[in-house]
Amino acid sequence: MIQVSDLVKKYGDFTAVDHISFSVPKGEIFAFLGPNGAGKTTTIKMLTTLLEPTGGGLEIDGLDPRRSGTHVRQRFGIVFQDPSLDGDMTAQENMEMHGVFYHVPRKVRTERTESLMRQFELWERRNDQVKLFSGGMKRRLEIARALLHTPKILFLDEPTLGLDPQTRNQLWTHVKELNRTEGVTVFLTTHYMDEAERVAHRIAIIDHGKIVAQGTPEELKQQTGTTSLEEAFLALTGSTIRDEAATSADQFRQMAKLWGKR
Amino acid sequence: MSVIYVLWLRELKRYVRSRVQIVASLGQPMLYLLALGFGMGPIFEKAGQGSYIQFVAPGIIAMTVLFSSIFSGMGLLWDRQFGFLKETLVAPVPRIQIMLGRTLGAATVAMCQGFLVAMICLAAGFRAHDLAMLPLALGFMALIACLFSALGTAIGSALENIQGFQMIMNFLVLPIFFLSGALYPLGNLPAGLRVATRLDPLSYGVDGLRSTLIGVSHFGLATDALVLIVGTILFLLLGRHLFSKIQV
Repeated sequence: MIQVSDLVKKYGDFTAVDHISFSVPKGEIFAFLGPNGAGKTTTIKMLTTLLEPTGGGLEIDGLDPRRSGTHVRQRFGIVFQDPSLDGDMTAQENMEMHGVFYHVPRKVRTERTESLMRQFELWERRNDQVKLFSGGMKRRLEIARALLHTPKILFLDEPTLGLDPQTRNQLWTHVKELNRTEGVTVFLTTHYMDEAERVAHRIAIIDHGKIVAQGTPEELKQQTGTTSLEEAFLALTGSTIRDEAATSADQFRQMAKLWGKR
Repeated sequence: MSVIYVLWLRELKRYVRSRVQIVASLGQPMLYLLALGFGMGPIFEKAGQGSYIQFVAPGIIAMTVLFSSIFSGMGLLWDRQFGFLKETLVAPVPRIQIMLGRTLGAATVAMCQGFLVAMICLAAGFRAHDLAMLPLALGFMALIACLFSALGTAIGSALENIQGFQMIMNFLVLPIFFLSGALYPLGNLPAGLRVATRLDPLSYGVDGLRSTLIGVSHFGLATDALVLIVGTILFLLLGRHLFSKIQV
Protein backbone atom coordinates (compact mmCIF):
# COMPACT_ATOMS: atom_id res chain seq x y z
CA MET A 1 0.00 0.00 0.00
CA ILE A 2 2.92 2.30 0.82
CA GLN A 3 6.23 1.89 -0.99
CA VAL A 4 9.18 4.08 -0.10
CA SER A 5 12.64 3.69 -1.61
CA ASP A 6 15.69 5.84 -1.02
CA LEU A 7 13.57 8.79 0.03
CA VAL A 8 15.55 11.97 0.76
CA LYS A 9 14.55 15.39 2.06
CA LYS A 10 17.16 18.09 2.42
CA TYR A 11 16.80 21.60 3.79
CA GLY A 12 19.91 23.36 2.54
CA ASP A 13 22.82 21.43 4.06
CA PHE A 14 20.64 19.67 6.60
CA THR A 15 19.33 16.24 5.65
CA ALA A 16 16.06 15.66 7.51
CA VAL A 17 15.31 12.33 5.83
CA ASP A 18 18.31 10.38 4.61
CA HIS A 19 17.71 7.60 2.03
CA ILE A 20 15.01 5.69 3.84
CA SER A 21 13.24 2.66 2.38
CA PHE A 22 10.32 0.67 3.70
CA SER A 23 7.04 -0.77 2.56
CA VAL A 24 3.71 -1.24 4.26
CA PRO A 25 1.42 -3.95 2.87
CA LYS A 26 -2.34 -3.54 2.70
CA GLY A 27 -4.16 -3.94 6.01
CA GLU A 28 -1.08 -3.59 8.18
CA ILE A 29 -0.63 -1.32 11.19
CA PHE A 30 2.82 0.15 10.80
CA ALA A 31 4.45 2.23 13.54
CA PHE A 32 7.14 4.76 12.78
CA LEU A 33 9.13 5.51 15.92
CA GLY A 34 11.96 7.89 16.61
CA PRO A 35 13.18 10.63 18.94
CA ASN A 36 12.18 14.25 18.42
CA GLY A 37 13.49 15.67 15.17
CA ALA A 38 14.30 12.24 13.73
CA GLY A 39 12.31 12.89 10.56
CA LYS A 40 8.97 11.23 11.33
CA THR A 41 6.73 14.16 10.55
CA THR A 42 8.81 15.14 7.52
CA THR A 43 8.29 11.64 6.14
CA ILE A 44 4.55 11.78 6.76
CA LYS A 45 4.37 15.15 5.05
CA MET A 46 6.09 13.75 1.98
CA LEU A 47 3.80 10.72 1.93
CA THR A 48 0.75 12.97 2.19
CA THR A 49 1.72 15.40 -0.61
CA LEU A 50 2.33 18.32 1.76
CA LEU A 51 6.05 18.38 1.12
CA GLU A 52 8.07 17.81 -2.02
CA PRO A 53 10.81 15.17 -1.56
CA THR A 54 14.36 16.05 -2.64
CA GLY A 55 14.79 12.60 -4.15
CA GLY A 56 13.81 8.94 -4.07
CA GLY A 57 10.80 6.82 -4.88
CA LEU A 58 7.35 7.14 -3.33
CA GLU A 59 4.20 5.17 -3.99
CA ILE A 60 0.82 5.30 -2.31
CA ASP A 61 -1.59 2.63 -3.53
CA GLY A 62 0.44 2.43 -6.72
CA LEU A 63 0.39 6.20 -7.34
CA ASP A 64 3.16 8.78 -7.08
CA PRO A 65 2.10 11.66 -4.80
CA ARG A 66 4.22 14.04 -6.87
CA ARG A 67 2.42 13.31 -10.11
CA SER A 68 -1.11 12.42 -9.04
CA GLY A 69 -1.48 14.50 -5.90
CA THR A 70 -5.24 14.81 -6.01
CA HIS A 71 -5.81 11.08 -6.52
CA VAL A 72 -3.43 10.22 -3.72
CA ARG A 73 -5.16 12.67 -1.38
CA GLN A 74 -8.51 11.02 -2.00
CA ARG A 75 -7.03 7.71 -0.82
CA PHE A 76 -5.77 8.58 2.63
CA GLY A 77 -7.05 10.15 5.81
CA ILE A 78 -4.71 11.95 8.17
CA VAL A 79 -4.67 13.03 11.79
CA PHE A 80 -1.96 15.64 12.18
CA GLN A 81 0.30 16.11 15.14
CA ASP A 82 -1.25 19.54 15.75
CA PRO A 83 -4.99 20.07 15.81
CA SER A 84 -6.60 20.81 12.46
CA LEU A 85 -10.25 21.35 13.34
CA ASP A 86 -12.20 24.55 12.92
CA GLY A 87 -13.02 25.55 16.49
CA ASP A 88 -15.75 28.01 15.55
CA MET A 89 -17.73 25.37 13.71
CA THR A 90 -19.70 22.55 15.29
CA ALA A 91 -18.51 18.95 15.24
CA GLN A 92 -21.04 18.06 12.60
CA GLU A 93 -20.11 21.04 10.43
CA ASN A 94 -16.47 19.97 10.58
CA MET A 95 -17.51 16.53 9.35
CA GLU A 96 -19.77 18.05 6.70
CA MET A 97 -16.99 20.25 5.29
CA HIS A 98 -14.62 17.31 5.18
CA GLY A 99 -17.21 15.28 3.30
CA VAL A 100 -17.55 18.03 0.71
CA PHE A 101 -13.78 18.39 0.34
CA TYR A 102 -13.50 14.67 -0.34
CA HIS A 103 -16.49 14.53 -2.72
CA VAL A 104 -18.49 12.15 -0.55
CA PRO A 105 -22.08 12.08 -1.91
CA ARG A 106 -24.53 13.84 0.39
CA LYS A 107 -26.49 10.74 1.38
CA VAL A 108 -23.39 8.70 2.23
CA ARG A 109 -21.95 11.75 3.99
CA THR A 110 -24.92 12.09 6.32
CA GLU A 111 -25.11 8.38 7.11
CA ARG A 112 -21.43 7.89 7.63
CA THR A 113 -21.09 11.04 9.71
CA GLU A 114 -23.72 9.73 12.08
CA SER A 115 -22.30 6.22 12.34
CA LEU A 116 -18.71 7.43 12.83
CA MET A 117 -19.73 10.04 15.39
CA ARG A 118 -21.74 7.44 17.29
CA GLN A 119 -18.81 5.05 17.15
CA PHE A 120 -16.49 7.69 18.58
CA GLU A 121 -19.12 8.74 21.12
CA LEU A 122 -19.49 12.27 19.78
CA TRP A 123 -23.01 12.15 18.36
CA GLU A 124 -24.63 13.71 21.44
CA ARG A 125 -22.31 16.70 21.11
CA ARG A 126 -22.61 17.09 17.34
CA ASN A 127 -24.10 20.59 17.54
CA ASP A 128 -21.49 22.01 19.88
CA GLN A 129 -18.69 24.21 18.66
CA VAL A 130 -15.45 22.27 18.59
CA LYS A 131 -13.62 24.87 20.68
CA LEU A 132 -15.71 23.69 23.63
CA PHE A 133 -14.39 20.13 23.29
CA SER A 134 -11.72 18.51 25.47
CA GLY A 135 -8.43 17.40 23.94
CA GLY A 136 -9.59 13.81 23.80
CA MET A 137 -12.87 14.65 22.10
CA LYS A 138 -11.07 16.75 19.50
CA ARG A 139 -8.74 13.86 18.76
CA ARG A 140 -11.64 11.45 18.40
CA LEU A 141 -13.39 13.87 16.10
CA GLU A 142 -10.27 14.22 13.98
CA ILE A 143 -10.00 10.46 13.60
CA ALA A 144 -13.70 10.14 12.82
CA ARG A 145 -13.31 12.90 10.25
CA ALA A 146 -10.25 11.28 8.68
CA LEU A 147 -12.32 8.11 8.15
CA LEU A 148 -15.36 9.83 6.65
CA HIS A 149 -14.27 9.33 3.04
CA THR A 150 -13.40 5.65 3.63
CA PRO A 151 -9.67 6.08 3.03
CA LYS A 152 -7.47 3.11 2.23
CA ILE A 153 -4.71 4.45 4.46
CA LEU A 154 -4.94 6.26 7.76
CA PHE A 155 -1.96 8.38 8.82
CA LEU A 156 -1.78 9.13 12.54
CA ASP A 157 0.99 11.51 13.58
CA GLU A 158 1.36 11.25 17.37
CA PRO A 159 -2.40 11.06 17.82
CA THR A 160 -2.28 10.40 21.56
CA LEU A 161 0.00 13.31 22.50
CA GLY A 162 -1.33 14.92 25.66
CA LEU A 163 -4.22 12.51 26.17
CA ASP A 164 -5.03 10.68 29.40
CA PRO A 165 -4.60 6.89 29.56
CA GLN A 166 -8.36 6.27 29.31
CA THR A 167 -8.67 8.24 26.09
CA ARG A 168 -5.50 6.73 24.65
CA ASN A 169 -6.75 3.27 25.39
CA GLN A 170 -10.13 3.95 23.81
CA LEU A 171 -8.54 5.55 20.78
CA TRP A 172 -6.29 2.59 20.01
CA THR A 173 -9.17 0.18 20.55
CA HIS A 174 -11.07 2.08 17.87
CA VAL A 175 -8.12 2.08 15.51
CA LYS A 176 -7.54 -1.66 15.90
CA GLU A 177 -11.22 -2.29 15.40
CA LEU A 178 -11.27 -0.25 12.20
CA ASN A 179 -8.20 -2.01 10.93
CA ARG A 180 -9.88 -5.35 11.59
CA THR A 181 -13.33 -4.58 10.21
CA GLU A 182 -12.60 -2.17 7.34
CA GLY A 183 -9.07 -3.36 6.52
CA VAL A 184 -7.66 0.17 6.72
CA THR A 185 -3.88 0.32 6.48
CA VAL A 186 -2.56 2.41 9.37
CA PHE A 187 0.69 4.36 9.43
CA LEU A 188 1.32 5.85 12.86
CA THR A 189 3.97 7.64 14.84
CA THR A 190 4.07 7.83 18.62
CA HIS A 191 6.42 8.41 21.52
CA TYR A 192 4.70 5.80 23.67
CA MET A 193 6.43 2.47 23.17
CA ASP A 194 3.72 0.51 24.95
CA GLU A 195 1.19 1.78 22.40
CA ALA A 196 3.36 0.81 19.48
CA GLU A 197 3.91 -2.62 20.97
CA ARG A 198 0.21 -3.07 21.54
CA VAL A 199 -1.21 -2.02 18.18
CA ALA A 200 1.52 -2.23 15.55
CA HIS A 201 2.15 -5.28 13.42
CA ARG A 202 5.48 -3.91 12.33
CA ILE A 203 7.73 -1.09 13.49
CA ALA A 204 10.46 1.00 11.92
CA ILE A 205 12.79 3.05 14.09
CA ILE A 206 14.18 6.21 12.56
CA ASP A 207 16.97 8.36 13.97
CA HIS A 208 18.84 11.28 12.41
CA GLY A 209 16.83 10.76 9.24
CA LYS A 210 17.90 7.12 8.82
CA ILE A 211 15.98 3.95 9.54
CA VAL A 212 18.07 2.12 12.12
CA ALA A 213 15.89 -0.98 12.49
CA GLN A 214 12.61 -2.45 11.33
CA GLY A 215 10.58 -5.55 12.08
CA THR A 216 7.91 -6.85 14.41
CA PRO A 217 8.17 -5.78 18.07
CA GLU A 218 9.46 -9.28 18.85
CA GLU A 219 12.15 -9.08 16.20
CA LEU A 220 13.33 -5.71 17.47
CA LYS A 221 13.64 -7.01 21.01
CA GLN A 222 15.52 -10.10 19.84
CA GLN A 223 17.77 -8.04 17.65
CA THR A 224 18.84 -5.82 20.56
CA GLY A 225 18.72 -8.51 23.24
CA THR A 226 16.27 -6.50 25.33
CA THR A 227 13.02 -7.43 27.02
CA SER A 228 10.83 -4.43 26.26
CA LEU A 229 10.33 -2.25 23.22
CA GLU A 230 11.31 0.79 25.25
CA GLU A 231 14.71 -0.73 26.03
CA ALA A 232 15.10 -1.79 22.42
CA PHE A 233 14.31 1.76 21.34
CA LEU A 234 16.89 3.25 23.70
CA ALA A 235 19.46 0.67 22.68
CA LEU A 236 18.97 1.66 19.05
CA THR A 237 18.74 5.42 19.38
CA GLY A 238 20.90 6.14 22.46
CA SER A 239 19.80 8.14 25.46
CA THR A 240 20.84 11.66 24.45
CA ILE A 241 18.00 14.16 24.61
CA ARG A 242 17.10 15.88 21.34
CA ASP A 243 15.98 19.45 21.17
CA GLU A 244 13.82 20.74 18.42
CA ALA A 245 13.93 24.40 17.56
CA ALA A 246 10.63 26.14 18.23
CA THR A 247 8.91 26.78 14.91
CA SER A 248 7.19 30.02 14.07
CA ALA A 249 3.93 28.19 14.70
CA ASP A 250 4.93 27.48 18.29
CA GLN A 251 5.99 31.05 18.84
CA PHE A 252 2.76 32.23 17.36
CA ARG A 253 0.66 29.99 19.59
CA GLN A 254 2.40 31.46 22.55
CA MET A 255 1.51 34.91 21.35
CA ALA A 256 -2.04 33.92 20.54
CA LYS A 257 -2.38 32.77 24.14
CA LEU A 258 -1.28 36.19 25.32
CA TRP A 259 -3.77 37.80 23.02
CA GLY A 260 -6.42 35.52 24.45
CA LYS A 261 -7.86 34.41 21.14
CA ARG A 262 -9.49 30.99 21.69
CA MET B 1 -18.18 24.48 -6.98
CA SER B 2 -19.50 22.96 -3.75
CA VAL B 3 -16.06 23.33 -2.19
CA ILE B 4 -16.13 27.06 -2.87
CA TYR B 5 -19.64 27.16 -1.44
CA VAL B 6 -18.84 25.42 1.87
CA LEU B 7 -15.79 27.61 2.43
CA TRP B 8 -17.85 30.70 1.65
CA LEU B 9 -20.55 29.50 4.01
CA ARG B 10 -17.94 28.84 6.68
CA GLU B 11 -16.73 32.45 6.61
CA LEU B 12 -20.31 33.63 6.92
CA LYS B 13 -21.13 31.31 9.81
CA ARG B 14 -18.01 32.38 11.65
CA TYR B 15 -18.99 36.01 11.13
CA VAL B 16 -22.52 35.55 12.41
CA ARG B 17 -21.25 33.60 15.43
CA SER B 18 -18.78 36.25 16.57
CA ARG B 19 -21.34 38.83 17.66
CA VAL B 20 -18.95 40.53 20.02
CA GLN B 21 -16.53 41.07 17.17
CA ILE B 22 -19.25 42.49 14.95
CA VAL B 23 -20.13 45.11 17.54
CA ALA B 24 -16.47 45.81 18.35
CA SER B 25 -15.58 46.38 14.72
CA LEU B 26 -18.36 48.96 14.38
CA GLY B 27 -16.74 51.14 17.02
CA GLN B 28 -14.05 52.63 14.82
CA PRO B 29 -16.26 53.63 11.86
CA MET B 30 -18.77 55.12 14.29
CA LEU B 31 -16.05 57.20 15.89
CA TYR B 32 -14.88 58.47 12.51
CA LEU B 33 -18.40 59.20 11.42
CA LEU B 34 -19.59 60.95 14.55
CA ALA B 35 -16.45 62.67 15.86
CA LEU B 36 -15.02 63.59 12.48
CA GLY B 37 -18.35 64.00 10.75
CA PHE B 38 -19.76 66.43 13.25
CA GLY B 39 -16.40 67.87 14.33
CA MET B 40 -15.26 68.89 10.86
CA GLY B 41 -18.79 69.75 9.73
CA PRO B 42 -18.80 73.49 10.53
CA ILE B 43 -15.44 74.23 8.90
CA PHE B 44 -16.30 72.13 5.84
CA GLU B 45 -19.50 74.08 5.40
CA LYS B 46 -17.72 77.41 5.84
CA ALA B 47 -15.38 76.37 3.03
CA GLY B 48 -18.45 76.17 0.85
CA GLN B 49 -18.41 72.36 0.43
CA GLY B 50 -21.78 71.54 1.98
CA SER B 51 -22.50 68.91 4.64
CA TYR B 52 -19.45 66.97 5.81
CA ILE B 53 -21.57 64.04 7.04
CA GLN B 54 -22.93 63.71 3.50
CA PHE B 55 -19.41 63.85 2.14
CA VAL B 56 -17.66 61.57 4.59
CA ALA B 57 -20.29 58.80 4.95
CA PRO B 58 -19.37 57.04 1.66
CA GLY B 59 -15.73 57.25 2.74
CA ILE B 60 -16.50 55.65 6.09
CA ILE B 61 -18.48 52.87 4.40
CA ALA B 62 -15.54 52.26 2.07
CA MET B 63 -13.17 52.24 5.05
CA THR B 64 -15.27 49.64 6.84
CA VAL B 65 -15.32 47.41 3.78
CA LEU B 66 -11.56 47.87 3.34
CA PHE B 67 -10.65 46.93 6.92
CA SER B 68 -13.11 44.11 7.15
CA SER B 69 -12.12 42.49 3.87
CA ILE B 70 -8.39 42.73 4.46
CA PHE B 71 -8.73 41.27 7.97
CA SER B 72 -11.09 38.52 6.88
CA GLY B 73 -8.73 37.67 4.05
CA MET B 74 -5.87 37.56 6.50
CA GLY B 75 -7.94 35.20 8.67
CA LEU B 76 -5.96 32.68 6.69
CA LEU B 77 -3.13 33.35 9.15
CA TRP B 78 -5.22 32.15 12.07
CA ASP B 79 -6.25 29.06 10.16
CA ARG B 80 -2.64 28.37 9.38
CA GLN B 81 -1.68 28.56 13.04
CA PHE B 82 -4.71 26.75 14.39
CA GLY B 83 -4.36 24.03 11.82
CA PHE B 84 -7.54 24.13 9.77
CA LEU B 85 -5.59 25.30 6.73
CA LYS B 86 -3.80 21.93 6.66
CA GLU B 87 -7.12 20.13 6.55
CA THR B 88 -8.04 22.07 3.41
CA LEU B 89 -4.61 21.81 1.76
CA VAL B 90 -4.43 18.04 2.17
CA ALA B 91 -7.90 17.57 0.66
CA PRO B 92 -8.24 16.36 -2.94
CA VAL B 93 -9.32 19.80 -4.10
CA PRO B 94 -7.57 22.28 -6.40
CA ARG B 95 -6.10 25.09 -4.32
CA ILE B 96 -7.67 27.74 -6.49
CA GLN B 97 -11.11 26.62 -5.25
CA ILE B 98 -10.01 26.89 -1.63
CA MET B 99 -8.63 30.34 -2.26
CA LEU B 100 -11.74 31.51 -4.13
CA GLY B 101 -14.09 30.18 -1.45
CA ARG B 102 -12.20 31.98 1.27
CA THR B 103 -11.91 35.22 -0.70
CA LEU B 104 -15.59 35.31 -1.63
CA GLY B 105 -16.49 34.56 1.98
CA ALA B 106 -14.28 37.39 3.22
CA ALA B 107 -15.82 39.73 0.66
CA THR B 108 -19.35 38.81 1.72
CA VAL B 109 -18.51 39.39 5.37
CA ALA B 110 -17.06 42.79 4.46
CA MET B 111 -20.24 43.63 2.54
CA CYS B 112 -22.31 42.84 5.64
CA GLN B 113 -20.12 45.09 7.76
CA GLY B 114 -20.34 47.85 5.17
CA PHE B 115 -24.11 47.49 5.12
CA LEU B 116 -24.31 47.80 8.92
CA VAL B 117 -22.21 50.97 8.82
CA ALA B 118 -24.40 52.33 6.04
CA MET B 119 -27.36 51.90 8.41
CA ILE B 120 -25.48 53.80 11.09
CA CYS B 121 -24.78 56.57 8.58
CA LEU B 122 -28.50 56.77 7.87
CA ALA B 123 -29.17 57.10 11.57
CA ALA B 124 -26.56 59.89 11.77
CA GLY B 125 -28.48 61.87 9.17
CA PHE B 126 -26.89 60.74 5.91
CA ARG B 127 -29.23 60.69 2.91
CA ALA B 128 -28.54 59.22 -0.53
CA HIS B 129 -29.33 61.71 -3.30
CA ASP B 130 -30.93 59.24 -5.68
CA LEU B 131 -32.45 55.95 -4.57
CA ALA B 132 -32.28 54.58 -8.12
CA MET B 133 -28.49 54.60 -7.81
CA LEU B 134 -28.47 52.35 -4.71
CA PRO B 135 -27.97 49.07 -6.62
CA LEU B 136 -24.92 50.64 -8.27
CA ALA B 137 -23.61 51.73 -4.88
CA LEU B 138 -23.97 48.15 -3.67
CA GLY B 139 -22.06 47.05 -6.76
CA PHE B 140 -19.20 49.37 -5.82
CA MET B 141 -19.22 48.07 -2.28
CA ALA B 142 -18.96 44.55 -3.67
CA LEU B 143 -16.06 45.55 -5.91
CA ILE B 144 -14.17 47.14 -3.03
CA ALA B 145 -14.85 44.05 -0.92
CA CYS B 146 -13.62 41.64 -3.62
CA LEU B 147 -10.52 43.67 -4.39
CA PHE B 148 -9.32 43.93 -0.81
CA SER B 149 -10.35 40.40 0.20
CA ALA B 150 -8.20 39.18 -2.65
CA LEU B 151 -5.37 41.38 -1.37
CA GLY B 152 -5.92 40.13 2.19
CA THR B 153 -5.79 36.51 1.06
CA ALA B 154 -2.63 37.22 -0.89
CA ILE B 155 -0.99 38.81 2.17
CA GLY B 156 -2.23 36.00 4.42
CA SER B 157 -0.65 33.46 2.07
CA ALA B 158 2.68 35.26 2.03
CA LEU B 159 3.02 35.86 5.77
CA GLU B 160 4.15 33.02 8.01
CA ASN B 161 2.77 34.42 11.23
CA ILE B 162 0.99 37.33 12.81
CA GLN B 163 4.18 39.24 13.66
CA GLY B 164 3.97 41.01 10.31
CA PHE B 165 0.45 42.14 11.06
CA GLN B 166 1.39 45.50 12.57
CA MET B 167 3.58 46.20 9.56
CA ILE B 168 0.74 45.49 7.18
CA MET B 169 -1.58 47.65 9.23
CA ASN B 170 0.73 50.68 9.43
CA PHE B 171 2.39 50.52 6.05
CA LEU B 172 -0.40 49.20 3.89
CA VAL B 173 -3.93 49.31 5.27
CA LEU B 174 -3.82 52.72 6.95
CA PRO B 175 -2.08 54.40 3.98
CA ILE B 176 -4.65 52.88 1.64
CA PHE B 177 -7.34 54.44 3.80
CA PHE B 178 -5.78 57.86 4.39
CA LEU B 179 -4.68 58.31 0.78
CA SER B 180 -8.04 57.34 -0.67
CA GLY B 181 -9.84 60.62 -0.29
CA ALA B 182 -12.26 58.97 2.11
CA LEU B 183 -11.90 61.95 4.44
CA TYR B 184 -11.14 64.84 2.06
CA PRO B 185 -11.95 65.92 -1.52
CA LEU B 186 -9.40 64.90 -4.15
CA GLY B 187 -9.46 68.25 -5.98
CA ASN B 188 -6.66 70.86 -5.61
CA LEU B 189 -4.27 68.56 -3.75
CA PRO B 190 -0.48 69.14 -3.67
CA ALA B 191 1.27 67.25 -6.48
CA GLY B 192 2.74 64.48 -4.30
CA LEU B 193 -0.54 63.68 -2.65
CA ARG B 194 -2.34 63.81 -5.97
CA VAL B 195 -0.09 61.11 -7.39
CA ALA B 196 -0.45 58.99 -4.25
CA THR B 197 -4.22 59.21 -4.25
CA ARG B 198 -4.35 58.23 -7.90
CA LEU B 199 -2.26 55.13 -7.23
CA ASP B 200 -4.49 54.04 -4.35
CA PRO B 201 -7.17 51.60 -5.57
CA LEU B 202 -9.48 52.60 -2.73
CA SER B 203 -9.66 56.16 -4.17
CA TYR B 204 -11.67 54.75 -7.05
CA GLY B 205 -13.88 52.78 -4.66
CA VAL B 206 -14.62 55.83 -2.54
CA ASP B 207 -15.20 57.89 -5.67
CA GLY B 208 -17.59 55.27 -7.04
CA LEU B 209 -19.54 55.21 -3.80
CA ARG B 210 -19.59 58.97 -3.62
CA SER B 211 -20.86 59.44 -7.13
CA THR B 212 -23.60 56.82 -6.70
CA LEU B 213 -24.63 57.96 -3.22
CA ILE B 214 -24.26 61.75 -3.29
CA GLY B 215 -23.71 62.48 -6.96
CA VAL B 216 -20.20 63.90 -6.64
CA SER B 217 -17.50 62.30 -8.76
CA HIS B 218 -13.82 62.97 -9.32
CA PHE B 219 -12.73 60.28 -11.78
CA GLY B 220 -16.07 59.33 -13.32
CA LEU B 221 -18.03 56.12 -12.77
CA ALA B 222 -16.59 54.19 -15.71
CA THR B 223 -13.00 54.82 -14.65
CA ASP B 224 -13.84 53.86 -11.07
CA ALA B 225 -15.42 50.57 -12.07
CA LEU B 226 -12.69 49.72 -14.56
CA VAL B 227 -9.84 50.33 -12.11
CA LEU B 228 -11.57 48.29 -9.40
CA ILE B 229 -12.29 45.36 -11.72
CA VAL B 230 -8.75 45.27 -13.11
CA GLY B 231 -7.33 45.61 -9.58
CA THR B 232 -9.49 42.73 -8.34
CA ILE B 233 -8.31 40.48 -11.16
CA LEU B 234 -4.67 41.36 -10.52
CA PHE B 235 -4.93 40.68 -6.78
CA LEU B 236 -6.80 37.43 -7.41
CA LEU B 237 -3.99 36.28 -9.69
CA LEU B 238 -1.43 37.32 -7.11
CA GLY B 239 -3.42 35.51 -4.41
CA ARG B 240 -3.67 32.38 -6.52
CA HIS B 241 0.06 32.39 -7.05
CA LEU B 242 0.96 32.97 -3.40
CA PHE B 243 -1.67 30.53 -2.14
CA SER B 244 -0.32 27.79 -4.38
CA LYS B 245 3.11 28.31 -2.81
CA ILE B 246 1.98 27.69 0.78
CA GLN B 247 3.77 24.82 2.48
CA VAL B 248 2.72 23.65 5.91
